[in-house]
Amino acid sequence: MKPGETVIAMRGITKRFPGVLANDHVDIDIKAGEIHAILGENGAGKTTLMNILYGLLQPDEGEIFVYGEKVTPKSPKDMIDLGIGMVHQHFMLIPTFTVVENIILGLESSKEPFLDVDLAEKKIIELSEKYGLKVNPKAKVWQLSTGERQRVEIIKALYRGAQVLIMDEPTSVLTPTEVEELSKILKRMAKEGLAIIPFITHKLPEVMAISDRVTVLRKGRVVGRFETKLTDEKSLAREMVGREVLFKLPKSEVKKGKVVLEVRGLWAQSDFGVSALKGVSFSIREGEILGVAGVAGNGQRELAEVIAGLRRAVAGRVLIDGRDVTNLPPREIIKQGLGHIPEDRMGMGLILDFSIAENIILETHSDPPFAYRWILPFKKRWFIDQDEVDKYAEKLLLEYNIVAAGKDTLARHLSGGNLQRLILARELSREPKVLVANQPTRGLDVGATEFIRRKLLEQRDRGVAILLISEDLDEVMSMSDRIAVLYEGEIMGILPAEKADMKEVGMMMAGSKRAQSLEEPA
Amino acid sequence: MALPVVEISAAIIEMSTPLLIAALGEIFVERSGVLNLGIEGMMLVGAFSGFAGAYFSGNFLFGFLIGLVVGMSIGALMAYLSVKLGVDQILAGLAIWIFSIGLSTFLARTILGIAPGTVTIKGLEPINIPLLSQLPILGPILFQHNILVYLVLISVPLFHILLFRTTFGLKVRAVGENPKAADTLGIHVHRIRFLCLLLGGAMAGLAGSYLTVARYHVWIEEVTAGMGWIALVVVFFGKRSPYRALLGAWIIATGFSLRYYLQIAAFWIPYQFILMLPYILTIILLVGIVGKEETPAAFCIPYKREET
Repeated sequence: MKPGETVIAMRGITKRFPGVLANDHVDIDIKAGEIHAILGENGAGKTTLMNILYGLLQPDEGEIFVYGEKVTPKSPKDMIDLGIGMVHQHFMLIPTFTVVENIILGLESSKEPFLDVDLAEKKIIELSEKYGLKVNPKAKVWQLSTGERQRVEIIKALYRGAQVLIMDEPTSVLTPTEVEELSKILKRMAKEGLAIIPFITHKLPEVMAISDRVTVLRKGRVVGRFETKLTDEKSLAREMVGREVLFKLPKSEVKKGKVVLEVRGLWAQSDFGVSALKGVSFSIREGEILGVAGVAGNGQRELAEVIAGLRRAVAGRVLIDGRDVTNLPPREIIKQGLGHIPEDRMGMGLILDFSIAENIILETHSDPPFAYRWILPFKKRWFIDQDEVDKYAEKLLLEYNIVAAGKDTLARHLSGGNLQRLILARELSREPKVLVANQPTRGLDVGATEFIRRKLLEQRDRGVAILLISEDLDEVMSMSDRIAVLYEGEIMGILPAEKADMKEVGMMMAGSKRAQSLEEPA
Repeated sequence: MALPVVEISAAIIEMSTPLLIAALGEIFVERSGVLNLGIEGMMLVGAFSGFAGAYFSGNFLFGFLIGLVVGMSIGALMAYLSVKLGVDQILAGLAIWIFSIGLSTFLARTILGIAPGTVTIKGLEPINIPLLSQLPILGPILFQHNILVYLVLISVPLFHILLFRTTFGLKVRAVGENPKAADTLGIHVHRIRFLCLLLGGAMAGLAGSYLTVARYHVWIEEVTAGMGWIALVVVFFGKRSPYRALLGAWIIATGFSLRYYLQIAAFWIPYQFILMLPYILTIILLVGIVGKEETPAAFCIPYKREET
């Protein structure tokens, strides 16, 4: 396959779902040796197009040509046979299997019916050397990092003879270093003549860094085709969202009030019983955002959970408004005025099989006006006033722009951005004094991200003390009043945002401690 | 009075056989992500049909074959319910179990008449392996059994190889761990689970017919007496791997064989307690594996493709 040769041509691809025109006459050409990003917000028709491209869905209209020949794939297997492989966002790997087993799964072996692990290992090592995809074929997948798992997925596709690689949100789960590594690998693969098609919702900087060309989708239509070199993030975002997007939201001057959240010498253990927090101390005032930067797994999750009462503090204190809430039940802490936006919005933030309304009253279901006593002489309110709940839910749906059929829609059926809006609606409508937001915009598209950030800033202006934990350094830098860097469970230093520069924070994230803290005494 | 160790050991080998046959099949079923609670029922129906087959044909091999085929067809029924229709596996399994009690009793009373316990067959003779059976101690323990005992012992490594060294075994394990991933690689999740349930049903049917054809030579209602449930424990204890299941089957079979000898040797213990022995061992095995168990990630979850 010669670089520059057209591998895939999609012509007039149209796909309708009940009530939605998901793809509207989409034309795309993919050439050998190029990295061709498809960019679009949630709901732009990206997923549909991708599913059509790898054979999971069939278009209602339009044609697909592979090497100039018209094809009508009926299943992903047909596309794999044509040399088109897929790397899913949620990796399709089996954690208890070794790398080799994952890669040869479903393929015929040279020693049928027996497995030929040795031969497969040799072929895997060849592939991994050819493209710089470092991986140990004998390792079990559960032992691997996310970056390594992604490499296994890539090898899995290449092993099946893929010449075209479709990648669904390839960077969304990776750390910045891993993204850099991936970008090197992809460039090397493109140089060898492979075509790579990353589908990306957000993370525009990475689109700029990785791709050669970009096709932008909006509302099912192609709205722009760019040479990456000749464009910039701002214009991509404009095409994608359909309006100007503010990367840096204006931050008003807010008078800082008294200290509301105080954390003193906090120690806690991780799920594996090792110390994840080692004497963390900080305080946040009314109307202030303290951003916590750090590479994932340095104690961020534990910090948020201890404050919310979901994990035991081994030592140290957490005070809200001067009141000791350390190791109190979560419900008590909520009553003291804590709002929590957890990292895992599907697992911890919401009950997916509950309706929107039910999710909204998860924390307040026993309080008036949602609960009443009827004639029972108990202190506890046993009965739920459905009318009040419905009214409240409908109000919040509007206020937070949650796109759903109605308040009775199951949370499961919402998109990522809407799930996060729902959590935000629940937490903020209680008017908390302290808000702990862990990875509030991870995985969200540009529009939803902007919405969430606006809401957080609004809360800050209202006088809420916000602990913003994020792996997105840009987010921490642009949103925070002060920045704390967490490394292996310790705070490396706290600096005022206006005095912090990327490079210094980056060094601290890698474990270099500041000689002296710039933090002014509280 | 000293216990007759050699006799007891030989009895352990024999007693473990039906447990192990059923367990080997169930290992594949569970590895593919299905819990077959109908296994007791499959054994029971297998026990009757195997007996009937042997009784009417006069050929014990034909009896085993019938038991196996009938067990397999009940496995197919289970597969239709739990795999194809996606019915809750626990409900489907229990339904099959209850259905099987009724079915076997009904068939037995219809076919064998009013007093089934009086109808007997000429059972299976032990085969003494030349030379080996003459070995002291080991000979009587290992090499003076009926043919099925040998076959099952040979099957343990064969099933191990099938599960861990073949492309089929890899698919089975993949389907139990992450059916969606398997599906994206062109593996037919339902087909694999169906095959495993056919195998599991066939093995359970064979295990059942072992009881009537090889051991008791007579049909007794509910002859399995919980043997299928115990086979499930053996599979759990064995972490769904054949060798460990062999160990588990031996441990429980120790309880079964000891209870005969202890009734004589330890006459001061009320015999009811001695009869409990295998069941107590079963509970101990279950308690012993709490927490350390490695269940397939998609265990008990019916697979349906998401419609997008």
